[in-house]
Amino acid sequence: MKALQNLFDSIKPNFEKGGKWEKFHTLYEGHRTIAFAPDLTTKAKGAQIKDATDLKRVMITVVIAMIPALLFGILNIGHQHFLATGEEAGFVDKAIFGAISVLPILIVSYAVGLLTEFTFCVIRNHPISEGYLVTGMLIALVMPPYIPLWQVALATIFAVVIGKEVFGGTGMNILNVAMTARAFLYFAYPAQISGDQVWTYLGDKTAVDGFSGATALAVAYNAGVEGKPAVEALASHNSAFGADFSFMNMFMGWIPGSIGETSTLMALVGAVILVATGVASWKIIVGGFGGAYVMGLVMNALAVNEYMAMPAHYHLVMGGLAFGVVFMATDPVSAAQTELGKWIYGIMIGVFTVVIRVTNPAYPEGIMLAVLFMNVMAPLIDYYVVKANKTRRLQRATV
Amino acid sequence: MELISLGIRSIFIDNMIFAYFLGMCSFLAVSKKVSTALGLGAAVVFVLSVTTPVNWLLNEFVLKEGALTWASADLATIDLSFLRFIMFIAIIAAMVQLVEMVVEKFAPALYGQLGIFLPLIAVNCAILGGSLFMAQRDYTFAESAVYGFGSGTGFMLAIVALAAIREKLKYSAVPNGLKGLGITMLLTGLMGIAFMSFMGIDL
Repeated sequence: MKALQNLFDSIKPNFEKGGKWEKFHTLYEGHRTIAFAPDLTTKAKGAQIKDATDLKRVMITVVIAMIPALLFGILNIGHQHFLATGEEAGFVDKAIFGAISVLPILIVSYAVGLLTEFTFCVIRNHPISEGYLVTGMLIALVMPPYIPLWQVALATIFAVVIGKEVFGGTGMNILNVAMTARAFLYFAYPAQISGDQVWTYLGDKTAVDGFSGATALAVAYNAGVEGKPAVEALASHNSAFGADFSFMNMFMGWIPGSIGETSTLMALVGAVILVATGVASWKIIVGGFGGAYVMGLVMNALAVNEYMAMPAHYHLVMGGLAFGVVFMATDPVSAAQTELGKWIYGIMIGVFTVVIRVTNPAYPEGIMLAVLFMNVMAPLIDYYVVKANKTRRLQRATV
Repeated sequence: MELISLGIRSIFIDNMIFAYFLGMCSFLAVSKKVSTALGLGAAVVFVLSVTTPVNWLLNEFVLKEGALTWASADLATIDLSFLRFIMFIAIIAAMVQLVEMVVEKFAPALYGQLGIFLPLIAVNCAILGGSLFMAQRDYTFAESAVYGFGSGTGFMLAIVALAAIREKLKYSAVPNGLKGLGITMLLTGLMGIAFMSFMGIDL
C-alpha cells in the first residue's frame, strides 16, 4: 500500500497544472481514488457531508451484487453446452468451458467501454465516472453466449457515446446504458441475438438429436399459437435431457438464455445485497414483480389463448424479468426519482413486460423494451408527482 | 372492442411521431417546457379529433368517386378526390383559426408561449396526415373520430414525455455543439427505440 502511494505521489506533479500530462489529470484522479481517498476536502465554510460512501463504492456494491449472477451464468453456459452435445461433464469442466466463452465478452465490454469513457474524460475534461464498472458487467450479462465480439464492441461504443456521453457522462443519461447497448444490437443485428440457435454455445460440435435450444418464452409462445397447454409444453420440452422448463428449473436458472439472466434465484440474491446496502429501491423491485404478476392474472382472466392461460407466477421466473427488474430497472439515474414515482415506474415495467411477451409476436421477451419505455416516461412521472405534491401543500399553506 | 383497439393502436403502435415521423417541427420546437407542450398537445388533440371526422364527411359526401350521387344521379361519375389536399387543408385551417381564437380569449398566457406554432398547426403534417390516412384506409365515421382522437393523444404523449426529459436535461452537461436541437434529435431517436416495443403488436 505504501509503495503504491509513493508511486502515485511521485507521478502526481506530471498531472498537475503545468505538468507535462496535464490533459490526463482526470485519468490520474480516477485511478488514484480506487485505492485512496481523494485529496479534495470540503472547505471549512459551507455544507459538510460526512460519509465515506462515494460513487465508486456505490458502483462496486452493484458489481458485487452481480457476481452471483455472473458465476452462475458461467456455470450454466457450460452446463447447456454439455447438455446440447450430449457429453458427460463434471462441475469443473462446465465452469472452465463457460469461462472460456463468457470471459472474452466481459473483457471486450470492459476494455472497449473504458477506453471510450477515458477518451471522453480527457477530451471533455470531466472526472472519470465509475458508472461504467456496472454498465460493462451488465452489457456482458445480457448478451447471448454466441454473440460475435465485434458486435459487443460496437454496441458498447454506441451505448456509451450516444446513450451517455452526449448527455454529459455518468448520472446524466436518460436511458439505461446497458439496455441501450442491447436494444441497439437487437435492432441492428437481430440474427445474432434472437431465435432458438444463439442461446446454447456449441463451439465446433453439433447438437444431439432432439435437443432444442429454444428459450422458455419461445416455447410458451408457440404453445399459445398451437393451442397446447403452456405448462405442459414447457415441462415436456427437452425432458429427455433432464433440462425441462419446470418452475423449479427456471427458478434456479438451468435453462438457455442470455449469460446472466436465466437464474431468478441469483437475481434475488443480488436484490438482497442491493436493498440491504441501500443502493437500489425496493419499491421498484417489488413493483416490477408485482406488476408482472398482476398483469399475468389479468391475462389469465382474458385467456384467449393458451399462453395467456399460463399461471401468472411462471412469468416471474421465465426470461430476463428478474434480472431486468433487479439490475436494470433500479438504475438510480434513469429510474423515477420520486418515491411515488418509483412505485408507478416499477409496476408499469412489470405490466408492459408481460403485455409485450404475450401480445407481441415480434418480441419474445419484453423486459428490455419495457425498461427503455419507462426510462423515457420516468421524467414525466416525476414531473406530475412533484406537481401533485406542490398542489397538495399549497392547499395546506395559509398565507 | 374494434374501436378500443383502434384507439390504442393509434396512440402507441401507429404513433404519429415515432412510427411516421409526422409533426416533427412542432415536436422539436415546442418541447422545452411541459406546460407549453401540454398546451400544444391539447390543441393538436382537439384539432385532430375535430378535423378528421369533418374531413370524413367532406370526403364521403363530396370528394370520393360517386360521392355526389345524393345530389343528383347525373353526378354519379364525378370523382373529386384530386381536390383532397386543398379541401382538407382548408378545413384544417378553419379549425385552427377557431382554436386560436378560443385560446387567445381564455388562455392568453398559453397563447403567448405557443406563439407562431399555434397558427402553424394548420400546416402540421400530423394533422393533414391524420385526414389522409383516414381517407386511404377507408375508415367509417366512428373509426375516423376515434383515430383522430387517438393519434392526437399519441402526439401529446410523445411531446409531453420529450418536454419532461428536456426539463431534466437542464442538469446535464451536453457538449456545446449538441445543445438545443442536436441533443433533441438524438433523444428523439432514443425514444423511438423505446417506442419500438409496441411495433408489431396485433390487436
